[in-house]
Order: sequence, then C-alpha cells, then structure tokens
Amino acid sequence: MSEFLAMGGYGAYVWTSYALFFIVLAADAIAPLRERRRALRDLQGRMKRQAMRKPA
Amino acid sequence: MNPLVLWFHRLGSPPYFYRFAGRLLPWMYVLALTSGVIGLYGGLAVAPPDYQQGESFRIIYVHVPSAWMGLFGYMFMAVNGFIALVWRIKLSETLAMAAAPVGAAFTFITLVTGSLWGKPMWGTWWTWDARLTSELVLLFLYVGVIGLYHAIEDARQAARAAAFLALIGIVNLPIVHYSVTWWNTLHQAQTVNLLGKSKISADMLWPLLTLAFATHVYFFASVLARSRAALLTLESGKEWVRALAAPQPSGVETAHV
Repeated sequence: MSEFLAMGGYGAYVWTSYALFFIVLAADAIAPLRERRRALRDLQGRMKRQAMRKPA
Repeated sequence: MNPLVLWFHRLGSPPYFYRFAGRLLPWMYVLALTSGVIGLYGGLAVAPPDYQQGESFRIIYVHVPSAWMGLFGYMFMAVNGFIALVWRIKLSETLAMAAAPVGAAFTFITLVTGSLWGKPMWGTWWTWDARLTSELVLLFLYVGVIGLYHAIEDARQAARAAAFLALIGIVNLPIVHYSVTWWNTLHQAQTVNLLGKSKISADMLWPLLTLAFATHVYFFASVLARSRAALLTLESGKEWVRALAAPQPSGVETAHV
C-alpha cells in the first residue's frame, strides 16, 4: 500500500495532480446547483414583493 | 416535418430544454462518475509503469483528457457562438456561455498538472515552449470571454459580444493542436492517434480512453446544468419560470423543480 502511495518517489506530483483534478471539477459541479437555487430564491422574493404591492 | 427536426426545434424552446436537461442530468452524472472511477483505477493501478518515466507518467490520465476537453470545450463554445450570432437562437447563446467556465476549468487543470509533471521530468515547472504558451493563451481566451460576458449589463448583448470574441480566438485552436509538430521545442508530440495507430501500449491506452469518455460526458452534464441555471435568470419574467418559483400546492414535492 505505501509502495502504491509512494508512486516510485513521484507520489507528491501524482497525488497533487489527481487531487487538483477532483477539486476543480467538484467546484465546477457545485457552482450551477448554487446558481440555480439563488435564481429561484431571488425570483421568489421578487414575486412576494409584487404580491404585497398589489391589493388582493 | 421530419420528427427529428421537429424535436430539435422544440429543444430550442427554453422551458422544454429545462425539463429535458433536468431529466437527463442525473444519468449523465452517474455515467461520468462510474466511467471516471473505472478509468482512474485503470490508470493508477492496472497500467504498468512507463519504462522511462516510471510512475510519474500516471499524471497523463488527468492531464491528457483535460487537455482534450479544453480544446473540445472551446470548439463547442465557438460553434454555439456562431449559431447565436447568425441565427440569433437564444439557447445557443446560453450554451456557449455555459461552456466557457467548464472549458476554462479543464484548461486550468491541464496547465497545472502539466507543470506538476514537468518539474520531475523536465526539471522545470514552466518553460515558454510552443504548446505550453498556446495552452496559456487558450486559458486567457476563456477568461476574456467570461469577463466580457459579465462586463455588459444586457445579458443577450453580452452573450453576442462574448461569442464574437470566442470566434476570433478560434485561430488559437490549430496552433495548440499542431504546436508540437510545427515547432520542435520541449513538449512531446502526440502518442494517441484516433485515425492511425497509437504509439502507446493497449493496457496504458484503455484507461486513457475511458477517462476521455468520462470527461466528455461530464462536460455536457456541466454545460446542461449551467444552462438550466442561466435560463432561470434570463427568463425570470416568463410564466414557466414563475410557475417553477411559485410556492407549490401542499402535498406536491418540489424535487422535480
């Protein structure tokens, strides 16, 4: 196992590369989820304000 | 009309696209993740070490698919930008702008993992080699497109201006691709050849191709997810978006939103 992690002495370079690949793509995957939630929340707020302005 | 053409026309309508992409997305994420894990396992554990580079060559399994996606993403962005400019199709504007951050992410990964490979193998983090320089220009082009898009207030005007910039930047794509043949500098020439015979052994090649598949699926998933989010803002005055945002009647799940 430790031999596998050492990667023939190149462990630091190999594992940093793979970690970076994962971190950047995970951040990229989360961004649209947050963006969509924010867009819906903004619109809900706007609709609520519009409904309050108009007498029912 | 031909049913396929008809379906394509319907796909161009934002509410239909939003629902269609929403149904497709979970499957695409699952497919990208499973094939990605298989490919990474193959690259890290199954493929034999390189006879010259030892274990450090395993960096190519994240470096090369990312590099391909950086170029592919730019092509996708430019083609959609072209459609947006010529036929003024709103969805193409959205798709082009959604592709920019994904392609930029892959190009960034390419540059940094290349640097991490270059340090032990070439003895330097960076050199102004033709391939490295043109790849850096590719990242700057992506950043330029994203920056221009966000600098203009009107979203549709912004998308068209950014699409125009993306089209000009397309001259950089052949430079990136052929830089290793045109200039005899440090970066090695390509070993994987789609049309001819690849100069790489089969047990090293299959994890690479599996990861190329995974990153392609991921790219499209991310572009669809970003487009859905962008459409909610762009179409926030439209009835279908207001219906999505409206409080659901009791007993109805909001999960499908």
